[in-house]
Amino acid sequence: MAANEMDVSANEDKRNLELGGHVGFDSLPDQLVSRSVAHGFCFNILCVGETGIGKSTLMNTLFNTTFENDEASHYESEVHLRPQTYDLQESNVNLKLTIVHTVGFGDQINKEESYKPILEYIDAQFGKYLEEELKIKRSLFNLHDTRIHICLYFIAPNGHSLKSLDLVTMKKLDSKVNIIPVIAKADTVSKIELDKLKIKIMSELVSNGVQIYQFPTEDEAVAEINSSMNSHLPFAVVGSVEDVKVGNKMMKARLYPWGSVQVENENHCDFVKLREMLLRVNMEDLREQTHARHYELYRRCKLEEMGFKDTNPDTHSFSLQETYEAKRKEFLSELQRKEEEMRQMFVNKVKETEAELKEKEKELHERFEQLKRMHQEEKKNLEEKRRELEEEMNAFNRRKVAAETLMGQALQGSSQQPFKKDKDKKN
Amino acid sequence: MDAIMLQEKLVERLLCPRVRTARQKEKQYVGFATLPNQVHRKSVKKGFDFTLMVAGESGMGKSTLVNSLFLTDLYKDRKLLNAEERINQTVEIIKHTVDIEEKGVKLKLTIVDTPGFGDAVNNNECWKPITDYIDQQFEQYFRDESGLNRKNIQDNRVHCCLYFIPPFGHGLRPVDVEFMKALHEKVNIIPLIAKADCLTPNEIKKLKDRIREEIDKFGIKVYQFPECDSDEDEEFKQLDKELKECTPFAVIGSNTVVEARGQRVRGRLYPWGIVEVENQSHCDFVKLRNMLIRSHMHDLKDVTCDVHYENYRAQCIQEMTSKLAQDNRMESPLPILPLSTPDVDTEKLIKMKDEELKRMQEMLNKMQQQMHEKDQ
Repeated sequence: MAANEMDVSANEDKRNLELGGHVGFDSLPDQLVSRSVAHGFCFNILCVGETGIGKSTLMNTLFNTTFENDEASHYESEVHLRPQTYDLQESNVNLKLTIVHTVGFGDQINKEESYKPILEYIDAQFGKYLEEELKIKRSLFNLHDTRIHICLYFIAPNGHSLKSLDLVTMKKLDSKVNIIPVIAKADTVSKIELDKLKIKIMSELVSNGVQIYQFPTEDEAVAEINSSMNSHLPFAVVGSVEDVKVGNKMMKARLYPWGSVQVENENHCDFVKLREMLLRVNMEDLREQTHARHYELYRRCKLEEMGFKDTNPDTHSFSLQETYEAKRKEFLSELQRKEEEMRQMFVNKVKETEAELKEKEKELHERFEQLKRMHQEEKKNLEEKRRELEEEMNAFNRRKVAAETLMGQALQGSSQQPFKKDKDKKN
Repeated sequence: MDAIMLQEKLVERLLCPRVRTARQKEKQYVGFATLPNQVHRKSVKKGFDFTLMVAGESGMGKSTLVNSLFLTDLYKDRKLLNAEERINQTVEIIKHTVDIEEKGVKLKLTIVDTPGFGDAVNNNECWKPITDYIDQQFEQYFRDESGLNRKNIQDNRVHCCLYFIPPFGHGLRPVDVEFMKALHEKVNIIPLIAKADCLTPNEIKKLKDRIREEIDKFGIKVYQFPECDSDEDEEFKQLDKELKECTPFAVIGSNTVVEARGQRVRGRLYPWGIVEVENQSHCDFVKLRNMLIRSHMHDLKDVTCDVHYENYRAQCIQEMTSKLAQDNRMESPLPILPLSTPDVDTEKLIKMKDEELKRMQEMLNKMQQQMHEKDQ
């Protein structure tokens, strides 16, 4: 009831008023600008493309400087990302630029997992920001925002269409980051082939539902140029940091035996268009889109995962605080329950092992008794045998003695007989 | 009159200097010096055949190069797949055969195409269909050669494989290395740097050095040009040396004819200039064509017959004899060769099953051992 009343009174208060004179709040944008300039800007670019396709060279050409970058090897076993942060300054504007390169992309024989490290990196940056946002004591103003604002996807100009790896990767990345596809090393594609290739690539992207970044056409000041640029996607770029003498001027170009490709010549390649769109016109829009669309999507998914809801079944809006408290209580009770369970389990286990041990002891005891009995029996048997043996021995001895005496008598007897005979003969 | 002059000219051209001087010393002319000439006539009558395989990722310019090399259009009505369809593509083998003729010499040219190589997301063993195909051709020739009727043997063996390396990287990629290592003992591999019009002369040199280094490092045996005889003239030797230092050739192909410097040439038209395919300072196409077609075509065939095929044959026979020894049959292997196809297939099957059984046996033994150890 109270809420409805408040709504009504709010409506009544909103009226358009005419100003009688110059108040001065039209300087608000200027205040905002001077505050932003004082704070400095930050911009994060992710370059995805095969090894050697020209990512570092293009970055050097875009920002007119040399970022140190070692040549990558083709034999990395997996894709990993290499972020580097630089501080640039132009006029009085400070830019904290982070360039992230994918090392080893497209080199493996099995590329099914190639997109995963990239996805994880992007999510990690979102995660960092979300963490900061959810902190109790937070300092969003001073946070170094590392969320990727733009992903430049480098397509190898093989003349026919996208590679299967390109399609799969872009499809996985399109909901997480703003993608601008560029055709790298475009000095190998002639004009006619280039038109065909661009049409083919765009049609493949559309038919597979890949959402690349569209330059915004709502703002009148830039609507026209943006909509014309949208039709030139993907940009065919050539990068070079060498200055070559063309005509009587020094300019960035690639010198071939048959001519020189001038980087900043719009007839030769779309480098100028890319620079315009990326740096001079839409940089701020890119940052906004990243924050308003991609980051919000990530945040929503992450929080839903954690179990937060905006409204519960009774259509009362929950504040984050209440939900958090509720979650916390739930979590703690879970923890307690688990602890109890574990304790219970432990006690049970102890009882079990005790019982087991007792049984084992009984068993052992029995065995011992048994063995003792056996031992006794054996001993008795042995004793008996011994007695028998002794008796036998005694018997034998007696017989021996008897036999000896008999023999002794026999001998005496026989020695006397011849004596008797002699006596008879004498008589 | 003309025929005699022609004959004499041919004889002079085909004889090497040694014989020429010897001939000058000889008082009487026997006449077997015309042998090369006779060979020439016979071979023209018989005609030649050549099988060329092209391998490399899609879009490297293989078809364009083949068209430029042989100045014909071999690839009419070709259907190219979308990226989506290529995610799980398997490698196919497609043969195109054409009969072309030049100054009375007939050539039956077979181009073996390998669409789908390296295009899928998972390219594990994507070279297997190709090695299987080459082995199949060897096997077929082996059987034909050992057969009873050898009059009309069709030689379908692959004489040369052009491998297209993309110029966008810093050197060889793992898939390139694996492919060449799987094939270097079965076929003559000639690596090429494709789409060389995206590299400045310095970059080309760096890339060539890099690739040569990596080929050495990985022990890949690519086709080596035969050494030229020591008594060839200096110019020839110089050309030969230049040719060898130029490998791998950086090539550009074109299906279109453009106007450059007042002439109509095959080339590519860019806003910043015209790339002429046949201009030696633009790319190595001319060197490749000379080497492949004008000087070394027959040498490629010879190496295929003498080295790769013989290796295959020796291996095959060795396998057969070892299998026979295992089965304790002491018959000589020769009578078995001209068997009809089904038996060879079943033999293969038996061989495979044998190997499987052996493997299972080993596994069982290992498991038993482990159990023993556990018990102890």
